[in-house]
Amino acid sequence: MAQVHLRNVVKKYGQLQVVHGINLEIEDNEFVVLVGPSGCGKSTTLRMIAGLEDISGGEVGIGDRVVNDLPPRSRNISMVFQNYALYPHMTVRENLGFSLKIAKRPEAEIEQAVDEAAGILSLTEYLDRKPGALSGGQRQRVAMGRAIVRHPDVFLFDEPLSNLDAKLRTQMRTEIKKLHQKVKSTIVYVTHDQVEAMTLADRIVIMRDGHIEQVGTPLEVFEKPANTFVATFIGSPPMNLLDGQVQSGKIALDGGPSVSIPEQSRGKVQDGQAVILGFRADNLMPVGHSMPMPGEHSELGMTVNLSEPLGTETLLFGTLAGKEVQAKMLHPRPVAPGERLEFQLDLTRCHLFDAKTQQSLG
Amino acid sequence: MNENLIHRLKGHVLKVLHLFALFIAMSIICIPGLWVVLNSFRPTVEIMAKPPVWIPNDLSLDHYRAMFGAAGEGGVPVLQYFTNSLIISLTSTIIAILVGMAGGYAFARFKFRGKAGIFIGIMITRAVPGVSLSLPLFIVMAKTGLIDTHLGLILVYIALNVPFTIWLIDGFFRQVPVDLAEAAEIDGCTRWQAFWKVEFPVARAGIASAGIFAFLTSWNEYALASQLTRSTFSKTMPVGLRDFTSEFTINWGGMCALAVLMIIPALILTFIVQKHLISGLTFGGVKG
Ligand SMILES: Nc1ncnc2c1ncn2[C@@H]1O[C@H](COP(=O)(O)OP(=O)(O)OP(=O)(O)O)[C@@H](O)[C@H]1O
Ligand SMILES: [Mg+2]
Repeated sequence: MAQVHLRNVVKKYGQLQVVHGINLEIEDNEFVVLVGPSGCGKSTTLRMIAGLEDISGGEVGIGDRVVNDLPPRSRNISMVFQNYALYPHMTVRENLGFSLKIAKRPEAEIEQAVDEAAGILSLTEYLDRKPGALSGGQRQRVAMGRAIVRHPDVFLFDEPLSNLDAKLRTQMRTEIKKLHQKVKSTIVYVTHDQVEAMTLADRIVIMRDGHIEQVGTPLEVFEKPANTFVATFIGSPPMNLLDGQVQSGKIALDGGPSVSIPEQSRGKVQDGQAVILGFRADNLMPVGHSMPMPGEHSELGMTVNLSEPLGTETLLFGTLAGKEVQAKMLHPRPVAPGERLEFQLDLTRCHLFDAKTQQSLG
Repeated sequence: MNENLIHRLKGHVLKVLHLFALFIAMSIICIPGLWVVLNSFRPTVEIMAKPPVWIPNDLSLDHYRAMFGAAGEGGVPVLQYFTNSLIISLTSTIIAILVGMAGGYAFARFKFRGKAGIFIGIMITRAVPGVSLSLPLFIVMAKTGLIDTHLGLILVYIALNVPFTIWLIDGFFRQVPVDLAEAAEIDGCTRWQAFWKVEFPVARAGIASAGIFAFLTSWNEYALASQLTRSTFSKTMPVGLRDFTSEFTINWGGMCALAVLMIIPALILTFIVQKHLISGLTFGGVKG
C-alpha cells in the first residue's frame, strides 16, 4: 500500500526532451490512468516509476521513499507489459511463481500464492502449459497473475488490453476493475483509449507532448475540460469546436449565427476577444427531438448532410460556422440528407475557450 | 477426367519428383562420407580398383587393428591424437562461446560509441583466409614458445571462432524481447539473474548451435594445426591423418579408418544438440 509522487519529473534522450517536468500525487489505493495520444510520454513516465528508465530530473517517490536511484527490484512494484512479456521457457505455474522464487520464499507459500492467483484469474487448468500454447486473452491473464502474486505496493499497467479484440477487452476491463477492488492497491494504468480511461479511473491524467494537460475524476475532465485538447480527447463523439468573436455581449460565430455567452464564462471575456465555443453532440438537438433544456438555450438552423442511426438516437452531421458539427436526435425519425432542421443548443452545457491559449474560460 | 483427379495426379508427380531431387542432393552430400566409411573396412586393392568396386566383398577390421597396433606395423597414436583434439576443441569452443555470449549480448542490448565500427571490424577479421595467417602465426608462436602446445592451438581457434560466435549469438539475443529481462527485473531479479534465469535459457538453442559450429571448426581444422603442431604431444586428428602417407605410398585404408573415428564424435555431438536446434527459440512469451 503506498502513495506515489512525481515532482518535476523530466526525461531526456540525449538532447531530446520527451517528458517536461511532470507533477503528480497519487493516493494510496487510487486507480490513476495516464491517457494521451501516441508518443506523448505515457510509457516513458510509467517506466520511470518502474525504474526501467533513468530519471533525467526531478523526483519519483513510492510510499515515503524517494526511489530515483533504486533498481526495479527494490521498489516493490509489479508491471503488466503491453506484449505481456511472459517467460516462454517456463510453464504458467513457473511464470506466476517466479518472483516469489527469486525472493526465496518457501515452496509451500509459493504454491499457495500461485493457486490463489490462478483461482482469481481462472487459470487453474492452464497451470502446466507454456505461454506459447495459450490464447491472447489467457496470456494476458497470466501477465496479470504474475503481477498480483507478490502483493506489490503499486501495480503498473502499460496498455495491457491493446492486443485483445474488442469483446475480450471490455471483459478484461471489468476484470481489472474487480481486481482493483479485491486486491486494494495503488494502480497506475497507461492507455490511449479514452473509454478505458473513463471506465477504470478514479482519476485521469491527460498527457500531451510530455506535459500534463489536466488531472481530474472522469466526470471532471468530461464536464470541465481545461482546454480544447482535453475537450476533444475525452468523450465520443469529440466535442464540437466553433471559432467566434465576442461582440457586444454575444458570441458571433465566424460566418454564422450569434449565440449568447454561456453564463459561467460571462465577465471573463472582453469585447473583440477571439474565442472558441465548444459543445457536445448531446447538447445540440433538433427541436422536438431533444431533451428538455430548462436553462438558457439558443436556437440555430442547420442543414443535415448525413445521418447515422444508432437505434435509440441518431447522430446528425451538419456544417455550422464553417465547421463540421455533430448533433444528436432523440426519438429519431428518418432524416434525408440536405434537410434543414431547427436545433436547440443548451448554453448551460457549452464551454468557452480562449482562441489564443486554447484554455478554458469558465 | 475431372479437375480434382488432375490435381491429385499432379500432386503425386510433384511429390515423386521432389523425393527424387532430394535423393540426388542427399547422395551428393553423403556418398563421399559413406565411401570413407566403406573404405575403412576393405583392403587397399579393392579401394584402388579401377573401375571402382561398389559392392564390397571383403569387409574386415584390419585397418582399425593396424591403426591401434604397434608403431612399426602401421600403428598411429590414435588415442593421443583423439585426446589432443578433444582438449583443444572443447576448451576453445567453451571459451569462444563464453566470449561470444558476452560480446553478442553487448552488441544486442547496449548502445555504445563506435558500436557499428567495432562490429564490422570483428567481422572483417573473419574475411582473412586462415591459411594466410599460418606464417605470421608460426613466427608469433615460435617466439612465445607456444609451438607444439595445446595452448597455442586453443588460442588460435578461439581467435578464429569468436567473431563467428559473437555474430551468431548477437542475432539470437536480438530475437529475445527486451521486455523479458525487464519483467524479470521487476519480478525481483538483479541484472545478472535476469540474464541467467530468463535471457540465457530463451536464447539457449541459438547458443548451442553456435557451439556446434565452433566445435566442428576446431575439430576439423587442418591447415593451421599442421603448421603449429610437431609431435604426438599436440597433433590433432586431422594432422594425424598425414601419418598414413609415407614417401611413396599412401595408406588409404588406414586414413579412412582414422577419418571415421573423427566423424563419430562430431556426429554424436550434433545428434545431442540437434534436439535444441529443432526446437528453436521457444517463442510465445510475447504477443508478436
Ligand atoms: N530510446 C528513445 N530515444 C529517443 N526517443 C525516444 C526513445 N524512447 C521513446 N522516445 C520518444 O519519447 C516519446 C514518448 O514515448 P512513449 O513511449 O512514452 O510514448 P507513449 O505515450 O507511450 O506512446 P504510445 O501510446 O504509442 O505507446 C516519443 O516521442 C518517442 O519517440
Ligand atoms: Mg506506450
